[in-house]
Formats: sequence, C-alpha cells, structure tokens
Amino acid sequence: MRPVLAIFKREFAAYFATPIAYVFIVIFLLAMGAFTFSVGHFYDNGVANLSVFFGYHPWLYLFLVPAVGMRLWAEERRLGTMELLLTLPIPIWASVLGKFLAAWAFIGVALLLTFPIWITVNYLGNPDNGVIVASYVGSFLMAGAYLAISAAISATTNNQVIAFVVSVLVCFLFTISGAPLVLDFFQNWAPVVLVNTISSFSFLTHFQAISSGVIDLRDLVYFTSLIALFLSMNIVLVDLKKTD
Amino acid sequence: MLPGPFEPPAAMIIIQGLTKKFGSITAVSGIDLTVAKGEVLGFLGPNGAGKSTTMKMIAGYFTPTAGRVSILGHDVETDTIAAQAQLGYLPEGAPAYGDMTPRQFLCFIAEARGFIGKEAKKRAADAAAKTELEPVMEQPIDTLSKGFKRRVGLAQAILHDPPVLVMDEPTDGLDPNQKHSVRQLIRGMAAEKAIIISTHLLEEVEAVCTRAVIIDRGRIVADGTPSYLLSRSRHHNAVTVALPVAQAAAAKAALQAQSGIASVEEGPRNDGVATLTAYPRGNALIVEQVSALAHAEQWDVKELYAEAGRLDDVFRAITTPDAQRARERAGAAS
Repeated sequence: MRPVLAIFKREFAAYFATPIAYVFIVIFLLAMGAFTFSVGHFYDNGVANLSVFFGYHPWLYLFLVPAVGMRLWAEERRLGTMELLLTLPIPIWASVLGKFLAAWAFIGVALLLTFPIWITVNYLGNPDNGVIVASYVGSFLMAGAYLAISAAISATTNNQVIAFVVSVLVCFLFTISGAPLVLDFFQNWAPVVLVNTISSFSFLTHFQAISSGVIDLRDLVYFTSLIALFLSMNIVLVDLKKTD
Repeated sequence: MLPGPFEPPAAMIIIQGLTKKFGSITAVSGIDLTVAKGEVLGFLGPNGAGKSTTMKMIAGYFTPTAGRVSILGHDVETDTIAAQAQLGYLPEGAPAYGDMTPRQFLCFIAEARGFIGKEAKKRAADAAAKTELEPVMEQPIDTLSKGFKRRVGLAQAILHDPPVLVMDEPTDGLDPNQKHSVRQLIRGMAAEKAIIISTHLLEEVEAVCTRAVIIDRGRIVADGTPSYLLSRSRHHNAVTVALPVAQAAAAKAALQAQSGIASVEEGPRNDGVATLTAYPRGNALIVEQVSALAHAEQWDVKELYAEAGRLDDVFRAITTPDAQRARERAGAAS
C-alpha cells in the first residue's frame, strides 16, 4: 500500500499547488447554492429536508467531476511524466488507485464544505439527519462512480478537452438512463424487464434510493462495482496505450 | 566475498534479440547487448535510429515485440517491479512534475521507491547535492532553467543509488560547465555500476564512455571502445602539415612519393599558409616519416600534427541520414 500512499499524497497536494483546487471548490459551492436556492426554491418549499439540494447532485457532478478527472492521465501523457511514473517500481494498479483516491478525496473535501446548508436546515427545522447522512454517503459514492468513468477515459488521450467532453457524454448516458424522459419512452412498448434493466444502470435510480434514507446493499454494490469496473479498465488502458 | 583481482566483470544488463515494431515500422530490430559492472556504454545513432525506444524497453515502459531484457537477473517483462527497483532511469526530455519543487519531487520519488520519513528526505537531499540543485530546491520545477530541469531528472535517477543506470541524453541542453560536472558525476559512479547513456554528442563518448555502440535503423552497426571506433576513421593516424604556399606543390609531390602514404589532400589556404593532410596506407604510423621528410627538404613547417581519428567520420560512414531513411520508408510503403 506504500506506493499508493505516495501517489495519493503527490496527487492530492498537486490540486492545492495550483489554483485548480480553489477555483473548483468555489464553482462547486456556488453551483450547489445557486441550484438549491434559486432554481430549487429551497426556502419556498418550506420543508426541512435536503432533497432539493441532493436532487441536483447528479446533474452538477455530470460536469464538475469530469473536470477533475480529465487531467488525471491526459496531463501525465502530455507532459511525458507517464514514462517516469510507469518506470518507477510501482505496479500500474497502485498508480491508478492512488490517483483515483486522491481525486475522490478532493471531491469529498468540496462536498464536505457544503456543510453550512446542513446547519441551515437544522436551524430552520427538525430534519431527519439520518437521511441527510445517507444522502451524503450516496452522493460521495456517486461522485466516485462519475470519477472512475472520467479517469478511465482520461487514460485514452493526451488531450484534456477530449477527455472532458467524452467523459461528460458517457456520464450523461449513465445518468439519463433512469430519468423519466427515457423511461417513459420505453414504458409504453418495451417489456418491464428491459425498462427495469435500463433503469438499474442509472445513477439516478440508485442515488434516489440511497437519498431517501435507505442504504440498501444493492445500491452500494452497484456503485462500488461500477467504480471497480472502470478502475480495472483504467489499468488496462494505461498498460495498453503507453506507446502513444 | 571480497572481489578478487581476476573476478570477471558481472553482466548486469542482458539484452537478447530485442525488437520493437510500431505497426509496419520496425523501430528496433534484434538487438543483443550485454553490459557489465564498471562499463559506461555510450549509445550513439542518428535521431530516430531506435535509441530511445531501446531505452524505454530496458526501463520496462515499452513492451518488446520480441526478445528480452534482464536487469541483475530480473526479466523486465515478467518481473518488472524487481527489475525497475534496480534501475535508475532518466527518460528522454527529463520529464518532471512542473508544479512541484525539486525537494517535493525528489521526496515523492524517494517515497515511491519505498524510502520513508527521514530516510526519504535524506535521499532527496543527497541526490540534490550530487547534482548541485541546492540553490533551487524551493522553486517550482516549471520555473527552472533547462540545465536545472535536466539535473532534477538526473537526481531522480540516482536517488536510490541503483546498480544500473539508463539515461537518455543526460547532458542535452546543458552548458559546457554543466556538461563537465555531469560527466564527472557519471565517471565517479562508473566503477560500481553498469551505465548506459545515449547521446549524439560524439565528444561525450570520448569523455565518459568505456564502450561505444552505434545503432542505425534499429540495428547495432558498431560496438567497441571509443579508440577502436576512432581507428576506423579515415583520419586515424593522418598527419597534417601547415607550410608556406610556395612550398606546397613540391611538398605534396614529395609526400605522395612516400611508400606509407596513400593519398594527400590540400586544405584551405589562408595568410599564405597551405595545409596538407597525408592519409596513411592501412594503419601505418607516418608521423615520423613526414617529420623526417620535412626536415630533409627544409620545409618551413608552421604546424605538424597527427590525428587519433574523428568519431563523426565513423558516425557518418556507417549510419544513414534521416531524410534518406524517410524516403526509403515512403518507398516501401507505396
């Protein structure tokens, strides 16, 4: 685990060595605030829970997480440091895991900084804090899934813009497959099994289940296995695409 | 066991039939090479000859299409981590994380190589001292001059005191003073290690290498000590005489009449002084002969010297210019 830790430390510090971290956190918090209060009418709802706030998370992550993930490998490739990293006596899986965990922890920091809204809702009423904790856990897991997809796609290119655009697209497919828009389209003619399968691939379906306060093992398994799948793809892609 | 005086040099890098193809292009074609402890092997060749590709395979970055590399008995392809642990590698262009300072970067490398805490810091500081990086330890690498950046790459490669060092153009971009100190550093480490450096600076081979390998189109075309390669130069043992223009024609004829001399060429004239270069037949030593002749004929000699040979002669004679290679490749493809 020691090399994973070394990679983790370097990557995590790298976010804060440049303005990237601060810009990201400010945009993340502003966007969360804007959606919750202006678009979601948090105050007008008069309900002491954070369902409005968490409801926007998948859509914000759709853009913000690929922005964090796009540089993970594309940058390494562009600078030529990929060769340095992969000739250190560190297995590829350790580099992939260390980078992923650092980026995930960074997103976790941004997510934790939304705590004032949790204080606000407790000040205004008596929310079910168990549901809120479950929602935070679910949100963090979902961010991890978006990140694993973005990291794997980042490993295929040396161009961060391409990595970003393709990641947003793939993440969008994983999100939208559970939205009413898509499900309604299939509901009228497709067998229930198919509709359920499409819906079960969606981040929305699983995140909504967790953020309703029920941490079901199936939802946890869904997110963790999705992360594991894309990290494995990431390892294979890094190994295969070294010659570019 | 103490090394005895007759201990045979231990082969530390063994390369067998190493081949790398990119699509239809063969970058490296069946290279066999053994490098022993104490050797500094200079890897020479035109740009695109396959030097960097070979080094990337030795370092375990590229996977060979065929053949194998072993470092201290560890196969690079199947026992990658163990092989890489014994290796210090400076990749082409000395890449580093630009947002880190040399201290942070070297500490990261030390930790990634398994050193922890104080030991990691000490390794980083020692490597920095050897490469004279101290004045810039706290500046982001992106802001450093080319010479310092290159030395950050060198420091990273020698940090764990590896028995095997592979460096792709270690002195590229350095000024003559920096080149000198890097060469001294390499010479200082040479006895205990097996070192491969690539370069296209021919003077570097003469300055630091105990052995030179010239590679062209992915194949080894020459392998020997620098002086052996020099002896293959047409300038090897050639003697040049500078004398007044008035005596030049007679002198040329007299030189050509000598039995040991194959040919005489006249160089550029300036300030009334002509230069004549006499090329020996075979490997004959003709300097005494020429000197005696000059004395007997009472030439007004301004200069007289023999040459050991010129590496760039040898280099040009046995390698292929890149334009020609590109033409041939295009021809083969169409």
